[in-house]
Amino acid sequence: MNAMDERIVRATQAGLPLVAEPWRAVAETTGIPQAQLFDRVEAMLADGRIRRIGAVPNHYALGYTANGMSVWDVADDAVDELGARVGALPFVTHCYRRPRRLPHWRYNLFAMVHGRSRPETDARVAEIGALLAPALRASDVLYSTRILKKTGMRLA
Amino acid sequence: MDELERKVINRLQGGFPLCERPFAAVARELGTDEVTLIAKLKAMLEAGTLTRFGPMYDAERLGGAFTLCAMSVPEPDFERVAARVNAHAEVAHNYERAHHFNMWFVLAAASREAIAPLIAAIEAETGYPVLDLPREQEYFIELRLVA
Repeated sequence: MNAMDERIVRATQAGLPLVAEPWRAVAETTGIPQAQLFDRVEAMLADGRIRRIGAVPNHYALGYTANGMSVWDVADDAVDELGARVGALPFVTHCYRRPRRLPHWRYNLFAMVHGRSRPETDARVAEIGALLAPALRASDVLYSTRILKKTGMRLA
Repeated sequence: MDELERKVINRLQGGFPLCERPFAAVARELGTDEVTLIAKLKAMLEAGTLTRFGPMYDAERLGGAFTLCAMSVPEPDFERVAARVNAHAEVAHNYERAHHFNMWFVLAAASREAIAPLIAAIEAETGYPVLDLPREQEYFIELRLVA
């Protein structure tokens, strides 16, 4: 990452200033002219370093209190095609393929499922199960019972 | 939650424009004005309805390395192990989950090479093995919760 991009990340990773011209404020903080700042931010959006720009809602404040990590043992030759379909479901916020660690851990597909109640989340997990059924060997859902630590991931 | 808050959440989880007056542009779309929208966003951040507003960075693509770790810790030893794990600055978040593997945390380090020694240190300090489950593929469309 070049020095200019790093300045932009550091200036905005905690958030944009809520003023009428937020990008001008970032341009002034970083000493990067606004037109060039737009180019760099566009480039970071294009290559995925910036996922998106906007508001991050608090799940709990929106009533999404039943958040389960669903894990699935899906046949290797089907996991990529089916994983993409699971990731596209509106109630799935993160969906990843991860390695199995046999004999301790058999699940290779992870999908975070959000719901406003345990039954709603369970029903959504069942929907994923139906979608994966042709290639599914086993599954489980892990509900979080306590946050032990939560700090943002920041550049040091 | 009022109508404008609902609109903000459903419209603004992405796509904040790169232009001179982005709040004015979004306000027009939402049928409000710049001053009202900015005040609403400030109020939602203060109330905790929003956790932040701005670019969401993909830390891995910025050059870091990440992995999801799982441990199975007997209940009587759980608090001690949680404290040892959390003492590492590289532990970004850590959740207790109802499962045989009852502790799940994310490690964030400068490089992939820095992950293995960190895991070895946590195993040595706690006395329990750590499952290292890095993401191999992401099937991620967009995080969009509906208000």
